[in-house]
Amino acid sequence: MAEKITVLNPMGYPPKVQPKPLAPRLDTLNGKTVYLVDCRFDDSDVFLKQMQAWFRERMPSVDARFIQIRNVYTKDDPETWEEIKRNGDAAIIGVGH
Amino acid sequence: MTIDHRYQVPTVAVHTAIFERVTKSVARVNGMPRMRQVYVPQPVMGKTAQQLRDYIEGNDPVTGRPVMQEILEGLTAPLEEEAAKGVGFDRSTPRLLEPDTEENLNQLFLDQNWTDKLPIILPTEARVEAMLKHTRHKPEEVVGHMRPTAFREYWEYTVEKVAVNAVMAGCKPEYFPVVLALASTGASARGSTTSSAAAMAVVNGPIRHELGMNCGIGALGPYNHANATIGRAWGLLSQNGQGGSTPGLTYLGSQGNNYAYNSVCFAENEERSPYVPLHVEKGFKASDSAVSAFGGCRTTLFTLGLREKHWKEHVRNMLRGMDPHESPVLVIDPITARQFIDRGGLDTREKLIEWVYENAEMPAGEYWDYQLIQNYVYPRATFGEEPYATKLKAKDDEMIKMFRKDEINVVVVGGETNGYWRIFGAGYNKTASVDEWR
Repeated sequence: MAEKITVLNPMGYPPKVQPKPLAPRLDTLNGKTVYLVDCRFDDSDVFLKQMQAWFRERMPSVDARFIQIRNVYTKDDPETWEEIKRNGDAAIIGVGH
Repeated sequence: MTIDHRYQVPTVAVHTAIFERVTKSVARVNGMPRMRQVYVPQPVMGKTAQQLRDYIEGNDPVTGRPVMQEILEGLTAPLEEEAAKGVGFDRSTPRLLEPDTEENLNQLFLDQNWTDKLPIILPTEARVEAMLKHTRHKPEEVVGHMRPTAFREYWEYTVEKVAVNAVMAGCKPEYFPVVLALASTGASARGSTTSSAAAMAVVNGPIRHELGMNCGIGALGPYNHANATIGRAWGLLSQNGQGGSTPGLTYLGSQGNNYAYNSVCFAENEERSPYVPLHVEKGFKASDSAVSAFGGCRTTLFTLGLREKHWKEHVRNMLRGMDPHESPVLVIDPITARQFIDRGGLDTREKLIEWVYENAEMPAGEYWDYQLIQNYVYPRATFGEEPYATKLKAKDDEMIKMFRKDEINVVVVGGETNGYWRIFGAGYNKTASVDEWR
């Protein structure tokens, strides 16, 4: 039988994962403002403008506002998040890929 | 994730379906496993407005349910308990693996994606200890943190973890300070970018000769033990130190990149170069030993020498062949370096970089239409960041600079068997002292 040996684990040390609650959901979207947040990656603006058109046609009671993040998607964008928090009720962000 | 959790705005994230595994994994390790995510077909890039409207009107390829129905439910359906509270957990990495036979352990390392799929040296305690004798730093000292993309969490690695991966790569113990210096940059040689980037490592100073590194004939090829294994160690340390490099999960490079096998690791030919060494340009003394880490290494252009009549046009053509989001690194044989002096009077590294900066131009309309410029530069330009904001004012047919001057680098390497030279697209990250890790 082959001899057993002991070796070290090559993996690094991961951080502890902290629980993060999601925001409570809305009862309805009627009369609400939904921001369509363009992460500015690979034609996501074209996609979200089509989604905006969908809301206008299918759910005109929703104020679907198109907005672009202020920098590249790898950077946090507190100004945009604060604007959405101040003036909006919900957000759809895309397109992640 | 930020807007839903930190700003408490109910949010749905839309992704393309190929990224299902990675987006769910990122949500999980961010404590939000029930984050509302909806998928559309891949790709979005290049599709017409009507095709994208069809995505919106169609079904989520992951669940088979209508995309808009899922989005509306994602914003209005009450949260499950896990979503309302989030889910935290702790993970640990045991120092030792369960004892087993060499054959089984080699299979385990393959199965766990801890290798680059080439044979490894198993990191026994004796081998790791021998590696650790070549640094004064303690095994438990934290060397750095790394992650495969901006969206994933940083993992931490110690001197011992770097040693384990250096053993696996086949490094001799005396190479260890160079591997530690690379690890200390925090630059991953296993970035997850869909663009399939590799890394590049350029070693300067006396350590090159102490380790017998190759800076001459075949320096970038598989002909030198130190060049081969130091770069490989950086790659293995990156994938294991950052928490993985698994296709579809922590690696998304669409085509992959052969350069990643040894992270294009070589030494600069300082003795035959007419220029100051790279590490001196980066602020070190010539007598220091240092290693420079580059990332995003993909593009390669090459030619032979510099012709008397049209060398400028030839080099401009090479530069125009690059994506302007890349950063040119001129990797030139000493013969070519001297030709840059003879032909153009470019007798310092600074003059050569200035020439490249001035001559790498393209019409503004073409520049702004590059997809990577749209993704990564245009947003910065629209919010006033220079020099991009000024470039954005140019008319479509106006010639503008492709690169920033501080993005351009020059390295001299090669054995003068001929004047072949290359331009790599690779972004400079950092130069780290090797001496500090001895």
